[in-house]
Amino acid sequence: MSTSFENGINTLKEVIDAPIAAYFSSCTNCGICAQACIFHTETGDPKYTPIRRVEPMRRIWEQEYTLVGKVKKALGLSKPVTQQDLEDCVELAFESCTTCGRCSMVCPVGNDIVYMIRRMREGLTAAGLAPKSLQEAAVRTLEKGSVMGFPMKTLEAMVKAAEKETGIDINIDKPDVDYLLLLSSAEVMQFNEIIASLAIIFKEAGVTWTFSTLAHEAGNPGMHMGASDIEAQMINRIVQAAEELNIKNVISPECGHAYMAIRWEGPNVIGRPYPFKVFHIIEVLDQLREQGKLKTTGCESERITFHDPCQAARRGGVNQPQRNLLNMVSSNFIEMKDSMACNWCCGGGGGMNTIEKAEPLMAKVFNRKRTQIEELDVTTVVTMCATCRNTLEEGIENNNMNVEVVGLTELVANHLLKEKKS
Amino acid sequence: MNEVELLNWARGPGLMYATIIMVFGLTLRIFEILSLGRPKELAEIRDSGVRDGWMTILKRSLPEPAHWKLITASYIFHVGLLVVIFFFIPHTQLFRDVFGIFWGGWPNYVIDFFTVLSIAAMLYTLVTRFYDPTRRILSKMSDYFAWVVTFLPLLTGYMAFHRLGMDYTTMLAVHILSVELLMISLPISKLTHAITFSMARYYTGSNNGRKGIHS
Repeated sequence: MSTSFENGINTLKEVIDAPIAAYFSSCTNCGICAQACIFHTETGDPKYTPIRRVEPMRRIWEQEYTLVGKVKKALGLSKPVTQQDLEDCVELAFESCTTCGRCSMVCPVGNDIVYMIRRMREGLTAAGLAPKSLQEAAVRTLEKGSVMGFPMKTLEAMVKAAEKETGIDINIDKPDVDYLLLLSSAEVMQFNEIIASLAIIFKEAGVTWTFSTLAHEAGNPGMHMGASDIEAQMINRIVQAAEELNIKNVISPECGHAYMAIRWEGPNVIGRPYPFKVFHIIEVLDQLREQGKLKTTGCESERITFHDPCQAARRGGVNQPQRNLLNMVSSNFIEMKDSMACNWCCGGGGGMNTIEKAEPLMAKVFNRKRTQIEELDVTTVVTMCATCRNTLEEGIENNNMNVEVVGLTELVANHLLKEKKS
Repeated sequence: MNEVELLNWARGPGLMYATIIMVFGLTLRIFEILSLGRPKELAEIRDSGVRDGWMTILKRSLPEPAHWKLITASYIFHVGLLVVIFFFIPHTQLFRDVFGIFWGGWPNYVIDFFTVLSIAAMLYTLVTRFYDPTRRILSKMSDYFAWVVTFLPLLTGYMAFHRLGMDYTTMLAVHILSVELLMISLPISKLTHAITFSMARYYTGSNNGRKGIHS
């Protein structure tokens, strides 16, 4: 994609749709969104008020799409958006926002502010202002099919190790199976026990599945950047893989943004509906539970809680399956205050965890999650997003907290009832 | 033009022009929004989202605990304004004359109470725009303009009723003119939210509803 100031402005004009026009028409600058944003509540800095993050787009909307704005523009009464305005916006739209969407849940006039922030990012990216780390991640994903740059052969090595560990054959590029499984980079790199866990779970459940060499990861930096062309390329690989292998169900990994990209945005960025269904891995496990195909044994008796990943829960609508599974393997699951759709973000999402200069701010805003966890006096925090898991682990370590972080799939796998089958 | 002529103009042609501008302007604003279109949802939805759209219109009127002082003040003046506009007997008589529907009205002392309460609440919201750092940094001229044109009818109405300031006829004319200023401002200022809030809430609610989220 060629980038320039003009492209940025044109993109911002293009992305303004009826909802955004209704949002800007309705905003009274009341400031209530500030109280929902960790960057505001944990720093007290008014500049982090969510609606301020889209001010250049508001001005473009007013000048281009309202009669009053057009008159003001003709009379020279309004300032056109400048390169400097866009540059100033990078900090607010990319470097201090995880696009968690909590602000969108409290706005009294109902504005979906993060819907607008995501469009604002599209304009900034078209203007060539996307953070370098995200651009690099996008290049890696386009070249190697992996956000962190792990080629398929890295995954193949992991698969071999998991086969050895479990004694179960794991398919790669096998057509006509029940599920195509996608992973996140963090799972390949750090949390690869998930491969063995799922191999066991699926074998016990009697479902067939495969990896694909064409698309092995679902991570999509194009989505964080707001580069729909890059996002679409990544989605198209997955679509092609599922179509070629004739698979009707695609599994999104324990990764919030990957779920958002492949489940909700994918068909819209490629411009056509999928010929398959997409589920978050936790939705799949819950379906297996419901069908009686997922049997567990034993219960965690220690106090555990759950951190809802913003993109999967609040923005993605996966709120109940994780609770069904938690209650299956724990007798002492305690809800965090403000859970599910109103959960507080860990501070690492939206691509922020890739931006080095945002690290001190991320560490600061983790304070909210720290307080929430400490209030509950738990031994374990369970989650279902690799980015959240990383952020939680880092925050917990930095704050010398005595709490363990576990992925939900892994927790379920630890309690799996393995039936001897002849 | 003497005060009687001014009052007659305000009650007659003034009110007519203001109504035309308000209705035409708001229709245009709604058209401006709708004409931008809404992208078709191609992902497999969990629900049509229609019910959640309507529910969000209602639910976002429920108070949020954070920022409770501002919310309380906002509630008071929004409710107060509606009460004063639609239940002050002379107002209801005007609606009867124009629309042919009459719903009585509330005693003057009730209206007086709501007027004073609304004025106080509005002053509070103005003060917070100056002193709350978050609201100060957000506030623009357009926010203060919206505040002024909303405040004036309350103030002038109160003054006219209590025979304060100018003579009654002039004060009443000023009050009606201030209402006309408010009516004209509706489509060209932040006050458009009085209509478009329901659109914003519906869009958000239905988008969320499609994903199975109740907002």
